[in-house]
Amino acid sequence: MNIVVLVKLVPDLVEELNIDPSGAALDMSWLRLIINEFDDHASEEAILLKERGGGQVTAVAPEYEGVDEVLFTAAARGADRLIKITGDFVAANNHALARACASVIEGLQPDLVLTGVQANNDLDGPVGPTLAECLGMPYVGYVSGVTVNDGKVTARKEYPGGLIAEMEVTLPAVLGIQAAEQPPRYVAVSKVRMVMKTATIEERAADALDASGGPAVGRMFQPEAAAHAEMITGSPDEVADKLVSIFKEVGVL
Amino acid sequence: MSQDIFVVVEHLRGQVADISYVMLAAARELSKGIGGNVVAVLLGHKAEGLAGSPSAGSPVPAALAQAGQCLAADQVLYLDHPALADFTSDAYQKALAGLISEKQPRAVLFGNTSIGADVASGLSIKLGLPLVSSCRSFSADGKFVSQICGGKIMAEGDLPSPTALVTMVPGGYKPEAGQSAQAPALTRLEVAGLDALRVSLTKYIEPEAGDVDISKEPLLIAVGRGIQQQDNIQLAEDLAQAMGGVVCGSRPVIDQGWLATSRLVGKSGKHVKPKVYLALGISGAPEHAEAITDSDMIIAINTDPKAPIFDIAKYGTETDLFDLIDPLIEKVKAAKG
Amino acid sequence: MTTIAPVEQSIYDKILAATPKGERLRLCLQCGSCSGVCPFGYLMIYPPHRMIAFLRADRFENILDTDTVWMCVSCYACTAVCPSQIPLTPGLMTSAKEELLLAGNVPAELQSALEASQRYGNPQGESPRKRADWAKDIQPEVKILGKVRQPVDVLWFVGDYPSYHPRVQQTTKALTKVLNALGVDFGILGPEEYSDGDSQRLAGERGLFEMLAERNGLAFSRYQFKEIVTTDPHAYNAIKNEYPRLDISYPIRHYTEFLAERIDQLKPMLKHEVKARVAYHDPCYLGRANEIFDQPRALLEAIPGVELVEMEHNRKNSLCCGGGGGGMWLDGFQWEKAHVRLSEWRVREALAVGAEILAVACPYETPRFEDAVKTVEGAGHLIVKDIVELLAEAMGD
Repeated sequence: MNIVVLVKLVPDLVEELNIDPSGAALDMSWLRLIINEFDDHASEEAILLKERGGGQVTAVAPEYEGVDEVLFTAAARGADRLIKITGDFVAANNHALARACASVIEGLQPDLVLTGVQANNDLDGPVGPTLAECLGMPYVGYVSGVTVNDGKVTARKEYPGGLIAEMEVTLPAVLGIQAAEQPPRYVAVSKVRMVMKTATIEERAADALDASGGPAVGRMFQPEAAAHAEMITGSPDEVADKLVSIFKEVGVL
Repeated sequence: MSQDIFVVVEHLRGQVADISYVMLAAARELSKGIGGNVVAVLLGHKAEGLAGSPSAGSPVPAALAQAGQCLAADQVLYLDHPALADFTSDAYQKALAGLISEKQPRAVLFGNTSIGADVASGLSIKLGLPLVSSCRSFSADGKFVSQICGGKIMAEGDLPSPTALVTMVPGGYKPEAGQSAQAPALTRLEVAGLDALRVSLTKYIEPEAGDVDISKEPLLIAVGRGIQQQDNIQLAEDLAQAMGGVVCGSRPVIDQGWLATSRLVGKSGKHVKPKVYLALGISGAPEHAEAITDSDMIIAINTDPKAPIFDIAKYGTETDLFDLIDPLIEKVKAAKG
Repeated sequence: MTTIAPVEQSIYDKILAATPKGERLRLCLQCGSCSGVCPFGYLMIYPPHRMIAFLRADRFENILDTDTVWMCVSCYACTAVCPSQIPLTPGLMTSAKEELLLAGNVPAELQSALEASQRYGNPQGESPRKRADWAKDIQPEVKILGKVRQPVDVLWFVGDYPSYHPRVQQTTKALTKVLNALGVDFGILGPEEYSDGDSQRLAGERGLFEMLAERNGLAFSRYQFKEIVTTDPHAYNAIKNEYPRLDISYPIRHYTEFLAERIDQLKPMLKHEVKARVAYHDPCYLGRANEIFDQPRALLEAIPGVELVEMEHNRKNSLCCGGGGGGMWLDGFQWEKAHVRLSEWRVREALAVGAEILAVACPYETPRFEDAVKTVEGAGHLIVKDIVELLAEAMGD
């Protein structure tokens, strides 16, 4: 089974996010970029599929600051091949990303392409279904389990409320991963360092980035916190008393 | 080319999802500035009843009109085909592609969900139409307002042309504003070209049955990461029992297996609309917040003064929940007498 | 030196490479003292002596399938009692944890602390830019070396919990006050400071430890100072005993040593009485591991009104608070297995000697003991304070 995982790096929400001087984009100079959590799950799922049924896993990532370490970590988990797509992706939207990666991924002739179902900075839809259409492949998103059976894949698709739909998908296909079947495994720093010495990252240049299809942003801003909660202070007894009177007022007590 | 706003209705196993009504309300607001009709697009098989329009052989007819839960649209375009009976990305995308290229509306609204987000992007590439995602609302002058980066950043812009595909998240409009007591006029369209489908539904797998439906409960005691460990859930159960409420939780608690999946409140769980939502040790991240904004009152207990939940709660306290729960249970019991 | 049986070669080599005197493993008598004194030994499937037995029988892989090694809090009790003087804590237990980590057998809580340490330089996952925020409103202004760029006498290595944890920040502010009162010329690294890495090392992440140490070493090399003083015994242990092997070597003391040296200058400033029975808890990494027992006691005895009492376990056989070796981030895991916390045992010991204040000298301990005070019956009145907080209190304004 030839599996390709597409990972992208997104702003780390631990840090404060600022708007750049133009007022219409994030200030990238102060941003810390980390792997998109859902892409991390997609990478773990790919390794699990390889462990179960054999095959090869190729991790593909567009060039962002810090991407090398992300790719080496994928190799330390078990990815066989690492490909970095070079280009200036700092301001690229997902349409541009999908188109840039499509020809490289097509060349790898994958049976299955896994990527995270969404990312925190998606403004023009997630990259997975966009890529699928560029590749002419079917797409199922919100997948939390994958089983492979000759030429077809069964994807467990999550709906709200805990309902699962089992979808049969013909290959090759793209799946948007919501959660891997087990949490992404820990990779010891020493292991990544060892891998850095032996693994190589192949580089492929992106075609010119075509961002058409994404919206033009006129303005970015931080939402004003709507009226903040009325805070109740005092000793636990005093707070409990106040809560009980609120419950009575509202009619639940 | 028209100025109509299309809304792709989301339904699952005979139930119209709340997001559909939210989108209809959004479409109504948007159409005020643009002109044009609000057109609900319903795909299915023998599913006209979901619009509220009575029809032979459809599951939920007049009852919906009685409940005031018909689709609040100027008209419904109903695409019927056996392959559309249940949502699958391939069939829905193909059917919608045909419809959108033919009708060329001003905008098409999808849910930013397991249904809408599966097809909107593909349609954008296939039809060469611009796509805006995570849209929460439209401004008075018809601009989209989307939220990204965990709700920390808002992005606003003109509605792109010629046909804007928009995926929407809940929170900007109340579902009630997208419902009507009037069943809208329904036009049935036949769909062709749904062969050689690459995605098919094998079966549904239910969540654990025989449990309460928290989306219908008026009093919810919710626990988050702040509950720290499984043994402490009992404290929430004790409080729930004393108050006559039901315990539910956010994703980390369910992921640990401390509460059943049916108790999950959040984007991937249930949306709830209780009278009171008592949040214990919950930070209020957007995936959770979006599922509770329809509550009548949110009361948040969290030792972190910066927790985002305090921005959507009516009352809050920084008192440690472990200091508060026992006195609270005592006083609730005393009040009940 | 007689060997008893051939040992599993690759694990053995690792222990040799990583630990001074690691080869003493071959002298194990299987007396079981280590497992007997281990506070969680009764819960481990492979307590230390059993682990050595399997290592020598070339069956180390049996241990990889179990997870009770994570009950080890690296408290050094085993190392302290071993008659063959085997470096059990840094050698055996840490190496076992390393192997488990490499095999991916690590509890989720610990995993996030390790990933956060990698990404943000602190296990709590806080923004590194905010590491010196605790000092924002303090007057006189705390010197951040990257900003003032002047030589100082003391580089104060603040630490993760003293920087970010709301309760421990009070300790940090108290130490600032005392240092200023003594006229000490000090500076901090602020955002350039990374986690000392000692707990991460003892939790099995040697690679992560080296990465953090290298970064701290780089920061140290940029500035001029005469010595390093730490808030935290773990940082003290790392920089004193482990960093030199990475060629990072500086004169280093724990704040209790530093202040005890200045006790004649300090004493007259301690004007206010702190009238209480105070039990001092010897932190594992100050006491047992680095033999600093007297200086903290001298500081406490210098405070007027303090009646110093000793708990049943004290000095070399002090009872661990449970925070070391990754224990700080294994609370849920350890609770599920033990349903008892080491910090709670210790609180009971304090109560048994009628202590009104439990004095500590390690930033892990303050939050751990305060939590334990809440759950131990009858402990509600016990106050937990770091020694420096008591000194600051005695100084008044």
